[in-house]
Amino acid sequence: MQAAADTADPVQALTQSGYKWGFATEIETELAPKGLNTDIIRLISARKSEPAWLLEWRLKAYAAWLTMAEPHWAMLAYPPIDYQDLHYYAAPKRKPGPQSLDEVDPELLRTYDKLGIPLRERAILAGVTPEEGTRQVAVDAVFDSVSVATTFRETLAKAGVIFCPISEAVREHPELVQRYLGSVVPTGDNYFAALNSAVFTDGSFVFVPKGVRCPMELSTYFRINARNTGQFERTLIIAEDGAQVSYLEGCTAPQRDENQLHAAVVELVALNDAQIKYSTVQNWYPGDAEGRGGIYNFVTKRGACRGARSRISWTQVETGSAITWKYPSCILQGEDSVGEFYSVALTNHRQQADTGTKMIHIGPRTRSTIVSKGISAGQSNNTYRGLVRIQPKASGARSHTQCDSLLIGDACGAHTVPYIESRNASAKVEHEATTSKIDEDQLFYCRQRGLSQEDAVGLIVNGFCKDVLKELPMEFAVEAQKLLAVSLEGSVG
Amino acid sequence: MLEITGLAAAIDGKDILRGIDLKLPQGEVHAIMGPNGSGKSTLSYVLAGRDGYEVTAGSARLDGADLLAMTPDARAAAGLFLAFQYPVELPGVGNANFLRTALNAQRRARGESELDAVQFLKLARAATKQLAMPDDMLKRNVNVGFSGGEKKRNEVLQMALLRPRLAILDETDSGLDIDALKIVAEGVNALRGPAFSALVITHYQRLLDYIVPDRVHVLVGGRIVRSGGPELALALEADGYAAIAAEAA
Repeated sequence: MQAAADTADPVQALTQSGYKWGFATEIETELAPKGLNTDIIRLISARKSEPAWLLEWRLKAYAAWLTMAEPHWAMLAYPPIDYQDLHYYAAPKRKPGPQSLDEVDPELLRTYDKLGIPLRERAILAGVTPEEGTRQVAVDAVFDSVSVATTFRETLAKAGVIFCPISEAVREHPELVQRYLGSVVPTGDNYFAALNSAVFTDGSFVFVPKGVRCPMELSTYFRINARNTGQFERTLIIAEDGAQVSYLEGCTAPQRDENQLHAAVVELVALNDAQIKYSTVQNWYPGDAEGRGGIYNFVTKRGACRGARSRISWTQVETGSAITWKYPSCILQGEDSVGEFYSVALTNHRQQADTGTKMIHIGPRTRSTIVSKGISAGQSNNTYRGLVRIQPKASGARSHTQCDSLLIGDACGAHTVPYIESRNASAKVEHEATTSKIDEDQLFYCRQRGLSQEDAVGLIVNGFCKDVLKELPMEFAVEAQKLLAVSLEGSVG
Repeated sequence: MLEITGLAAAIDGKDILRGIDLKLPQGEVHAIMGPNGSGKSTLSYVLAGRDGYEVTAGSARLDGADLLAMTPDARAAAGLFLAFQYPVELPGVGNANFLRTALNAQRRARGESELDAVQFLKLARAATKQLAMPDDMLKRNVNVGFSGGEKKRNEVLQMALLRPRLAILDETDSGLDIDALKIVAEGVNALRGPAFSALVITHYQRLLDYIVPDRVHVLVGGRIVRSGGPELALALEADGYAAIAAEAA
């Protein structure tokens, strides 16, 4: 993300070829030995000075993982992952738990500067609306396995909002973590969630107490740096009765020839009348044009609308990763609760994405909206996979799905796999899907007006994604638009 | 000055243009008239650089520059504007954003400074006012949900903002009622001057009551079979293309 002071010409940025976040940081790293076993899990837990209950929890998850098999139902093809050939803990070498930014390694701060992430408290993300003046965004930054800095904590604390690394929350707010951790995504939920539960190293924790509207956007930047390292972050967001919070995450990684594994778990809990808006701009390294390298992204994201009239909204722009396996979901338990999923998934070259959502309607009059825009280019494959389930007690439930695919070129694939299960006759479930190729007439029209081929494609694709992009907080929407154009470079001959 | 010499073009191996010679001096407006299938739209697409048309012979130069060697966007930056017979819809793309992107792309290509949002909006509002278009036309998505008349007016709006050296109007009058026709004609006439030339492609004489051409060319079977002054359009209206074609043959 670019800071406001950076007025770099977006067009110039677009013409820079390739993945511009692909640099690696030379920094001393503490690495656990390769491999996964109970000793490694004990080591992670010890490094984080965790209480005994959490170590037990991890070991239980590990035991479950050992009995499970990697799922292969998704439309993804990749060589077997050797889980023993990875480091499960990597940390920038320094004394644990930075107290202030002054204690953070300057090399790390330079890395985040390069990424344009404003760690310093006065920095503001790009795209500030003039009428609102200075807009503040609190940032947590996770580098490999640890959180390196969290900003604006004092301001947030005054409002009663807790925003900190989850490892710190375990120490400072154990009762909250123990009550909610694994309550939405249980340790044995699925193969990758079990793996994450066993070895998660850091991530963000957000708690917004009853009746509080979080005074600023919360944001976490995830960066994988170390070689042969998995990143397993865990995020937990709790909004009590009437609370509201908007959270955004951004992800990048260095350009490396080998694949890196990322298996995160995100849990959201919304109580009565609470609202959680969770936005993602996922731009992990996608691999090169021949499909070498790139992140394997196996992520479990789920939100529980536990309270009446609660609302959880997922917005994602997925342009990175060699493999994406991700289905941000909503459990609509509270009556009149609302789940939303807005997604743009773009694949180019040899990227593969299998992504979508699950909307589980349990309570009466629950509502869900799904808007999915898939763009496939190059030789990539892009699958929308979505489940809408209406449980017997969900009288008057409503669900609407709009699922559009856009193909660029003739060597890519787009697939739509909707599952609809209704066990209540009063529910209304709608599904609309379209697939189209990028239109030659549209391209020619734009080029006749003076746009280059790439700008024309960028404009048309951004228009195609408009319904999703408008759901993003403004500073991210601007960034996402540029990202879509960059990701499509070289996709049209 | 647009100079077309011996231009021949084919689609899917089928010859459509069979040797067109045309000189359009700067500052003049010429009309091209012809029956359906005579190659009028093909001529406009070939000049604008649309894919799928194979130029088999001849040349087209705009102010000496070889148009046929340029990409469509380079032709646009060189000052060529095509008002489409069927303007294309761009869902999700705001009209103002589209226009500013296009204008700035052309300005950049010509080494001129780009306009910021405020400068652009000022310019755009003045142009919509002149064309009696409501301001919300700028906010709507490009041509999406526009009536036929609105689409054509939107083409003229784009032309007014991009200020081309050469405008090609491909049957811009088709589907327009008389009021819309007058607005479109006024838009073209407002641009007339020593630095502007236009090729007005039309089926009917009606448009030429409002945009009075310096010359009229009759296109039949991929060739210009006759050229003359504005009175030629009237003769065509009275006698029909068949008579003119027979006379020329």
